[in-house]
Amino acid sequence: MFRFIIRRVLISIPMLVLASFLCFALTTAMGDPLGEWKLQKPRSPGEIAAAEEAVGSNKPFLERYGNWAVHFAEGDWGKEVVPGDTGLDVKPTVLKAVGITARLVIASEIIALLLGMAVGVIGAVRQYSAFDYTATGIAFTMFSMPLFCVALVIKSLGINVNDWLEKVGLGRWLTTAGPPGEGFNGSLGHQIYQYTGAFILPTICLVSIQFALYSRFQRASMLDVLNADYVRTAQAKGISQARVVFRHAYRNALIPIATVSALNFGSLVGGAVITETVFGWQGMGKLLVDSINHLEPYMVLGFMMTTAVFIIAFNLIADILYAFLDPRIRLD
Amino acid sequence: MTDAIISVVNPVSETPGGSQFDSESARKQWQVVLRRFLRHRAAVAGSALFALLVLFAFLGGYVWKYDYHQVQLGRYLPPSGEHPFGTGHLGEDMLAQIIRGTQFSLQIAVIVAVAATAIGVVLGAIAGYLRGWVDSLVGRAIDLVLVLPPFVIAAALTRSTFLLEATKAGSQASNWLLVAIYISLISWMSIARTVRGMVLSLREKEFVEAARALGGSTLRIVFRHILPNTVDVIIVNATLTIAQAVLLEAALSFVGLGVQPPDSSLGLLINQNKNDLTLHPWLFVIPFVFIVAISLSVNFIGDGLRDAFDPRQKRVRA
Repeated sequence: MFRFIIRRVLISIPMLVLASFLCFALTTAMGDPLGEWKLQKPRSPGEIAAAEEAVGSNKPFLERYGNWAVHFAEGDWGKEVVPGDTGLDVKPTVLKAVGITARLVIASEIIALLLGMAVGVIGAVRQYSAFDYTATGIAFTMFSMPLFCVALVIKSLGINVNDWLEKVGLGRWLTTAGPPGEGFNGSLGHQIYQYTGAFILPTICLVSIQFALYSRFQRASMLDVLNADYVRTAQAKGISQARVVFRHAYRNALIPIATVSALNFGSLVGGAVITETVFGWQGMGKLLVDSINHLEPYMVLGFMMTTAVFIIAFNLIADILYAFLDPRIRLD
Repeated sequence: MTDAIISVVNPVSETPGGSQFDSESARKQWQVVLRRFLRHRAAVAGSALFALLVLFAFLGGYVWKYDYHQVQLGRYLPPSGEHPFGTGHLGEDMLAQIIRGTQFSLQIAVIVAVAATAIGVVLGAIAGYLRGWVDSLVGRAIDLVLVLPPFVIAAALTRSTFLLEATKAGSQASNWLLVAIYISLISWMSIARTVRGMVLSLREKEFVEAARALGGSTLRIVFRHILPNTVDVIIVNATLTIAQAVLLEAALSFVGLGVQPPDSSLGLLINQNKNDLTLHPWLFVIPFVFIVAISLSVNFIGDGLRDAFDPRQKRVRA
């Protein structure tokens, strides 16, 4: 097992290098970060040369890539380069955004996973029942639903709920302006009030989408297991249905969903883009949209590399989980 | 001459599913598939809905009395007989806008489905058949693109200028086409992987060996003998790609990184009106319903096709 992990980590290093090259090519193709600045008013050749020096666009592509990659590996992720932007350091900005996104994603992922597993198992055990059809219908609708529409609906419902809450005398509890920031103090009760208010709407939004995925997966894997021979053997031996379902079937049906959720979580770090945009969270998604719109090459690169590292790491975790849960899988 | 011999040796590739061992030999395979498909109620309903949407998008503009560029018809009028979908913030007729948006969304989705399928099938088949370094090259390409979420790549690509410069289409006139190309560039991987897997197992079959023994060229073996056996998977995947492309394009346009005016799309319509949702819900609800209608109908069609193609599926007598 240990050797397998070492080998996988070693394999992911060239993957990461290749990915960094691809990301660099993508951001280079994104367009000239100085384009708008040059158009604002006539600039002297000296000014332009100095700005290009700062951005690095006066050097050939490979040299720039080499420079950036070496600095990046050493921990210097660069700065915002577009004149007029605030010139933030990339590394702290990206890491802060990861923290904000993680707060949002972890809670919703756990809720969605638990809910999805429960609904999936019930749907499989009572296949073709009214419950199963309803759950399938909901999951299918959520799949066909663009996430931003769900988010917008939830947001506008939240405003209605707020109006109602105010009438009842609870104040405008639900907020859509990101997580509570610096001015976050007051009594414990008030803190909880603020915190839940900021979290509840985006969490509902993320859960509703993820839930669809997990419930379908859990149902499929549970059905697979329930139709296996050893489950029939267990039933034939006269073991109670509950024990068959939970002791014999369910534990095996967990394996695929464990890997799926690990993979999914990795990609979510880079991408609750829509939810964050709609609910005003300054996380990774907002960072991506903003820095692409401003054509900030190093910010986009920082974002992409962080996302890539998380995805590769969770791929590894998924593989290890798989081997850990299913002893038939031999890793090396 | 070789044609005749191959078709004797390999009846499967010429008349798939129609060998003498099949109890359904009286019908061609596509007839069987069609019959199964028509028994699938959701799939038939999905096809009908999709056909209606296509008619609406491409013919609606000729029938409806208002044009999409007419403004000043009265701002923010709620839906009425005069304006069934209301009017927007410039006083534009929303029905005309929706017709145009649906048209662009459908165009993009269909182009993505065709292009992504073509790329995926060709690369997947070549990788699976030739194996060796070609296979690892394609495999690495697939892995790489999977390291970043598709949304991220598409978002960065939509701001890229090299295609604009390459085509000298400096104007924004073909912006929607570029979005379609970019989405295709990140949508071919899953189909390539599937096709590669199937080709890997098919290439060991006797009929391929026979074709090779008869001197068939690589291209001929891959495209005439192997790929026809994967047609079912390819068609189902292409259908589902349409649904994914509609959603991805809408999401990109919604955050402002997809289609840009003067082109249009359903996602862009929602983006343009996202600040008016609570006061003027029809500006959001109607494009929303259209997006869901497209992706749901396509998903149902894909589901029906999958069941129809599946030879193990005997629940419906064909």
